[in-house]
Amino acid sequence: MTRTVLLRALTKNKFVASNAPRSISISITNLSRCISTLILAEHESGSIKPQTVSTVVAANSLGENSSISLLLAGSGSSLQEAASQAASCHPSVSEVLVADSDKFEYPLAEPWAKLVDFVRLQGDYSHILASSSSFGKNILPRVAALLDVSPITDVVKILGSNQFVRPIYAGNALCTVRYTGAGPCMLTIRSTSFPVAPITADPESKKATISQIDLSNFNDSVSKSRYVGRSTQDTERPDLGSARVVITGGRALKSVENFKMIEKLAEKLGGAVGATRAAVDAGYVPNDLQVGQTGKIVAPELYMAFGVSGAIQHLAGIKDSKVIVAVNKDADAPIFQVADYGLVGDLFEVIPELLEKLPEKK
Amino acid sequence: EIKSASVSFLYCYRTMKILVAVKRVVDYAVKIRVKPDKTGVETQNVKMSMNPFCEIALEEALRIKEAGFAKEVIAVSIGPSQCVDTLRTGLAMGADRGIHVETNSSFLPLTIAKILKSLADVENPGLIFLGKQAIDDDCNQTGQMVAALLGWPQATFASKVVLDKDKNVATVDREVDGGLETLNVDLPAVITTDLRLNQPRYASLPNIMKAKSKPIKKMTVQDLKVDIKSDIEILEVTEPPKRKSGVMVSSVDELIDKLKNEAHVV
Repeated sequence: MTRTVLLRALTKNKFVASNAPRSISISITNLSRCISTLILAEHESGSIKPQTVSTVVAANSLGENSSISLLLAGSGSSLQEAASQAASCHPSVSEVLVADSDKFEYPLAEPWAKLVDFVRLQGDYSHILASSSSFGKNILPRVAALLDVSPITDVVKILGSNQFVRPIYAGNALCTVRYTGAGPCMLTIRSTSFPVAPITADPESKKATISQIDLSNFNDSVSKSRYVGRSTQDTERPDLGSARVVITGGRALKSVENFKMIEKLAEKLGGAVGATRAAVDAGYVPNDLQVGQTGKIVAPELYMAFGVSGAIQHLAGIKDSKVIVAVNKDADAPIFQVADYGLVGDLFEVIPELLEKLPEKK
Repeated sequence: EIKSASVSFLYCYRTMKILVAVKRVVDYAVKIRVKPDKTGVETQNVKMSMNPFCEIALEEALRIKEAGFAKEVIAVSIGPSQCVDTLRTGLAMGADRGIHVETNSSFLPLTIAKILKSLADVENPGLIFLGKQAIDDDCNQTGQMVAALLGWPQATFASKVVLDKDKNVATVDREVDGGLETLNVDLPAVITTDLRLNQPRYASLPNIMKAKSKPIKKMTVQDLKVDIKSDIEILEVTEPPKRKSGVMVSSVDELIDKLKNEAHVV
């Protein structure tokens, strides 16, 4: 209400241009809003995942006077270790909330959604955020429905505390939206759009407070969903979503064996391995290497695509890369329209030559 | 005694309904254009199709029915009159009947979820299948929301679904960031489908003809007593910044030279 009164008062002022109400409403929102953000944090092996730190960076840009709380759930020592690391993962984190229980041993949407509802009743959060990782995408919309709030998913730009930009049509259009609801503003954040600046360790910087959440009144009825297991690739390759260099192969690689050439090149450049949907469907690599509209979104400094035609859905996942290199036998492949450097050639000749001539990784 | 218990579970499966939500979207191969007035994307005179993930959802429901685990597959679509075309395609693939909730408004996922919940309250399905996301808005929200509103478990981004007829549970492999994860969910449940779950069938000509006599029930949002949620305002739709056009190189030596001395990435 105050916002509207202030806006009216300002627009009556003859010095204010009457065609600039939008920018005024953004700044008034920032001034009047006390922003308190709850972030659904992800952790593994005792530390916070990089996409959660990107979400903190995003939360920081929501406005002034903001407090950021990280919510961690899990059980046992690796959770407590992660909480400790979370308290100093970014200077903007004000507090770390810890839900320690067997129910959260593995992140399932049903108990997590109930937990967020439980926690937010105790803090008055204006915003609830998660990364748009498979964890965030799975859980945040469920929470939103419980709170009767329309969330905004895959945010790539924050224009104000309730104004955001998100990609639609596989990133071929950008949609600017404003949240106008009464409940908390709920977002999932595309981490490649909110890079984390290297933080110099400051011995003076105080760690965030760590609070164990009292779950004695947390009522989670008999679980209807159970974790059975998972298959993950244990690899020394950097994480695809945050690697500086990504080398991708398409179906032209023709076999699992041939795909090893891509891995060799990635290793030489200290990069991660990616794949197109066609290569995953053909069984050359596991699904978590898929880059594209419905796979991973990447934004490395260097993206090299071998035998990749450049379908719309694949390009959606690579458009924010700094430098795109494409090698393909077909001079008409659409990938050459987005590549910074294109080479028409046979990847089975080009990759060995690159392996021979490229300098060792920096 | 054991025999009669398993018979009653079988009976449950023989009467089980599966509800599948299908969305009419711009065809995946179309190169979209942003309208000059920035109000949205051009959809007039553009090829429209069933959302690819919804096709996969429908295909999975049909396979479950054909395996004897369900009695009826119901396809639902929410939108303008042309959604009937999308439903007819679904009926031609093998759905038993369709429901068209007719509206010219563009609803947010939360309203769609409330509509689906209302329909589920009436139809009592044992499973609700949705595509994980629509390729127009790329939201990836509706399935999760339906599950929340119904208080049902959810298994999103499914790449494999196996039903256990004795225990009334589904074992679902999901595609997640780190690879594959397997969950066990009690029915009734909501499952959203990912790309590799199956390859949808083409509707044969005889099935297309048969589909013409399958019923499509028309309903309105008012019939379902759904509260329309409009807490998000679209301010503008724009094109993304264009990349600077690149150059073609003619040899590996030239490529390395550019990457090293021009782009400074190696």
